[in-house]
Amino acid sequence: MSKNVGKSVPRVDAYEKAAGRAKYVDDLCGREALIARVVHSAVAHGFVRSIRTEAAEAVPGVVKVLTCFDVPDIPFPTAGHPWSTDPEHQDTADRRLLNRHVRYWGDDVAVVLAENEVAAAQGAAALEAEYDVLPFVLDAQEAMGPGAPQIHEDCPGNVLKHTSLRRGDYEAARREPGLIKVEGWYDTPTVQHCHIENHSCFACQEAGRVVVVSSTQIPHIVRRVVGQALGLPWGKVRVVKPYIGGGFGNKQDALYEPLCAWCSTQVGGRLVKLACSREETFVSNRVRHAIRTHIISYVRPDGTLAARKFEAFSNQGAYASHGHSVAAKGMGAFPQLYPCENVECDAWTVYTNRPAAGAMRGYGIPQAMFAGESHIDDICAAIGMDPLEFRRKNLMPVGYVDGFSKNELYTDSFNQCIDRGMEALGYREKLERYKHQTGPVRRGVGMAVFWYNTAVWPISLESSSCRMVLNQDGSLQFQTGETEIGQGCDTAYTQMVADAVGVPLEDVHVVSAQDTDVTPYGTGAYASRQTYVGSFSIVQTAAALRQRILDIAHGQTRMPVSNLDLVDGKIIRRSDGRVLKTLGELAAESLYSLEHSQHITAETTAQIKSNAYSFGCSFAEVEVDIPMCRATLLRLVNVHDCGSLINPALAEAQVHGGMSMAIGYGLSEELKFDEKTGRPLNNNLLDYKLSTFLDHPTLEAKFVENPEPTSPFGAKALGEPPACSGAPAIRNAILNATGVAIDRCPITPHVLYRAFQNAGLITD
Amino acid sequence: MYDIKALYQAQSVADAVALRLAHPEAQIIAGGSDVLVQLREGRRAGAELISIQTLDELRGVSLEGDGTLRIGSLTSFSHITRHPLIQKCVNVLGEAADQVGGPQIRNIGTIGGNTCNGATSADTASTLFAYDAVVELTGPEGVRRLPIGEFYLGAGRVDIRPGELQTAILIPKDSYENCFGHYIKYAMRSAMDIATLGTSVNIRLSADKKTVERARVAFGVAGPIPLRARHAEELAAGQPVSAELAGRFARAVKEDINPRDSWRAARDFRLHIAVESAKRAFLESVKLAGGAL
Repeated sequence: MSKNVGKSVPRVDAYEKAAGRAKYVDDLCGREALIARVVHSAVAHGFVRSIRTEAAEAVPGVVKVLTCFDVPDIPFPTAGHPWSTDPEHQDTADRRLLNRHVRYWGDDVAVVLAENEVAAAQGAAALEAEYDVLPFVLDAQEAMGPGAPQIHEDCPGNVLKHTSLRRGDYEAARREPGLIKVEGWYDTPTVQHCHIENHSCFACQEAGRVVVVSSTQIPHIVRRVVGQALGLPWGKVRVVKPYIGGGFGNKQDALYEPLCAWCSTQVGGRLVKLACSREETFVSNRVRHAIRTHIISYVRPDGTLAARKFEAFSNQGAYASHGHSVAAKGMGAFPQLYPCENVECDAWTVYTNRPAAGAMRGYGIPQAMFAGESHIDDICAAIGMDPLEFRRKNLMPVGYVDGFSKNELYTDSFNQCIDRGMEALGYREKLERYKHQTGPVRRGVGMAVFWYNTAVWPISLESSSCRMVLNQDGSLQFQTGETEIGQGCDTAYTQMVADAVGVPLEDVHVVSAQDTDVTPYGTGAYASRQTYVGSFSIVQTAAALRQRILDIAHGQTRMPVSNLDLVDGKIIRRSDGRVLKTLGELAAESLYSLEHSQHITAETTAQIKSNAYSFGCSFAEVEVDIPMCRATLLRLVNVHDCGSLINPALAEAQVHGGMSMAIGYGLSEELKFDEKTGRPLNNNLLDYKLSTFLDHPTLEAKFVENPEPTSPFGAKALGEPPACSGAPAIRNAILNATGVAIDRCPITPHVLYRAFQNAGLITD
Repeated sequence: MYDIKALYQAQSVADAVALRLAHPEAQIIAGGSDVLVQLREGRRAGAELISIQTLDELRGVSLEGDGTLRIGSLTSFSHITRHPLIQKCVNVLGEAADQVGGPQIRNIGTIGGNTCNGATSADTASTLFAYDAVVELTGPEGVRRLPIGEFYLGAGRVDIRPGELQTAILIPKDSYENCFGHYIKYAMRSAMDIATLGTSVNIRLSADKKTVERARVAFGVAGPIPLRARHAEELAAGQPVSAELAGRFARAVKEDINPRDSWRAARDFRLHIAVESAKRAFLESVKLAGGAL
């Protein structure tokens, strides 16, 4: 069956994208569109007292100015979660299309619609907004404290949500004599996704309905949110998603689609385009939650864990977006990764006056792994144990089953991945060679593992729908609700469809764009789940299509279905292998039959009641120039057990991209804010230090392929996992090189300067 | 889409001078790698521009009769780096120019723009200071030459008078003859970045390579404009070459530099990096000059 799955076939969109023919939102927008320019709050917290629009309206080319005093009073949620019909599980509806109560520097207060970009910019500059300024808070723990400014009227104390996990008796267990206490606080930064294509969308009205074309990962969810925000029946909204230039979770949220759609309704349904600048993308889309994590471990001298405590303070920013789901996922990993009998975990997700945090590649796991895996090396330093020995001794054992998700670790993934990583880096030899260094420039090696689970079952809905339509020549189109966002699922799906139906790869055409009017329902691209959940509906729909084809073949050949097969686009008689006809001949005869014309299609929805662990590790080698306060990454190796590879070349590319994000997370990226005003300081690609090609060593991706038993093609998550363990591996390599345990990322020269001063490694 | 009120295309240097006089509010645009960024940010919204982009007479590197190295103001960074005269006389300037932005920026950005922008962080500026470069300005009254240290008036401000444009950067023979230099750009990443600190050192050794005849050092981002560290230069002049001298020379730069505390970097961090960079650039320059350590 697997003629194509498992092979590195070229991306199905490679030529279109390389030749510039692939159409993105901006390519598709009509030139007659009005340009929408959002005017953002210039205070971190306060109320808009008034907005004077006369000067803006007087700018030639300005068509309309809409403000927070004009929008419908409908709070709506934005998270790209499947809707829940249970009000208890619905996302928090805490923002309006434009907000009078502004909650971060960059909040949306007005929008100028103009004939062109220059007029829109001039109009925006001419708008005069006055604010009643309120105190603001940027830090999650400060926002929880007494006297902190209240950011949402219905959320005193600013805690959006607090959840706990308890196992055994932590308080009793930590009193066991002879235990060594290791305690640490670990900070991770606010970072942004920095996909190449900024979010943009355009909207108009057609036949009384709102049509939105958007750079989104989640068209069906956006349709629902636009309906909610505008107070429209959801069937009055149509959302189209063309090719998009990356998302990484930022576009797993309704961003400006509701506002753009509403603007169109305010100008008689005219076409309105709203395209974010990079500066807006950094501040007024979504960011990754900055999480401060406090971990206490009570360890026996033999390296076993007696009791552990975990506390996470997750900086939600101004609006709930994905909210507590992110911190909760990170907390959920803690007791599983290193099982311990006595554990207390708490996570708080706290509103602050920062940009709203949403989904970003890893969904809480990069933060949890930075804290957790840094802490493991701190334990090893405290008890004098080899970090690999400690991990092999304490990591989740084979056969572990999580009671909630029913996920099971079927194979010895961790040890296998660690073995591959050690071998690739030459870890043991280097560890030995780098002992006892004293010079100004020192090298070190370090590693970290990661925990990740595929998809969102059983927390929320998991289904996938697929439609296949056979053409007269035996080729077919297929559609799914899962979206191509650059990660390559169109290609992986094409390979699966070819094998599952039994047709040559070149006869399978993916309908890449999603259009909620015609695409079967699917929740979109997130949770590293596309390859996993999509394969269920592809296999199920392929079986239905094959059944129809073979039934028709029976009618056309009079051979019993049980003696028929569809192989490589041909109808075969099983008993003697004779080719009875091609699929094209069958399809043409079926469609043009004067007796009984049949258009051969299939569509099904698969229920996915499972979820799969996807584990691996990173190994890093660094060179630290102590006087220059600089850590240079010499090598980074990622090893993944993501089950069977569907397309090895694409898998490798996926890992490279994630490693790149981990390098920036570990060493350079951080969105900074002015403590005095709350203003973002570096919301551009010069001052926000996204790492460049020259900051990367050759990225090495390795795989351990243990087929995942719950998955039709044996595959599981690979989208987010590559971004999860790189940063702590780099941190631990710096610890190995210098003996200095850094408690935050990114580990910039500024951080190293202070740390080396404190450690006495540099003196001025 | 840029908010540009008007664009005047200069046909010659004389034409550019006339356009400058006719449109005193207009901004000169060369490669555009700074001006267009500023326009996009709205800082020059509605500006009039005078483009000197096509004035090929302002491109190229040559030697004048007295050995002065002449660099036309429109010469791009990548052309500077690759020019044989630069490589022979002031290789360090080519190395500094090669650390600006990325390849595309280095192909369009010009040394004239880099200096006229008045930024302390300009990668070529500290080396030009360290070589006592002279700025040539052409205006209605003809040509005016002034030392680069006088050309910079303050952060983002340079001495270009009404009707003038910068036409060349000159490096006197005495500045480069038998001199060897090294530039260290300290930035937060290895490309596409602005300097946290720029350090440019050049050294002339005695004939026997045992003594430092002259050492010059200039910094970018150690003050509102690029600046020289004269105390360190005086300390090193006439001293025997040694690693210990490098250390003393480096510590002495603190006498002259005055970096500021900002969210981009703390003052004490920049001071620390300045001392370490000065030491390393000094040692590297000595090596390039053939000195033994």
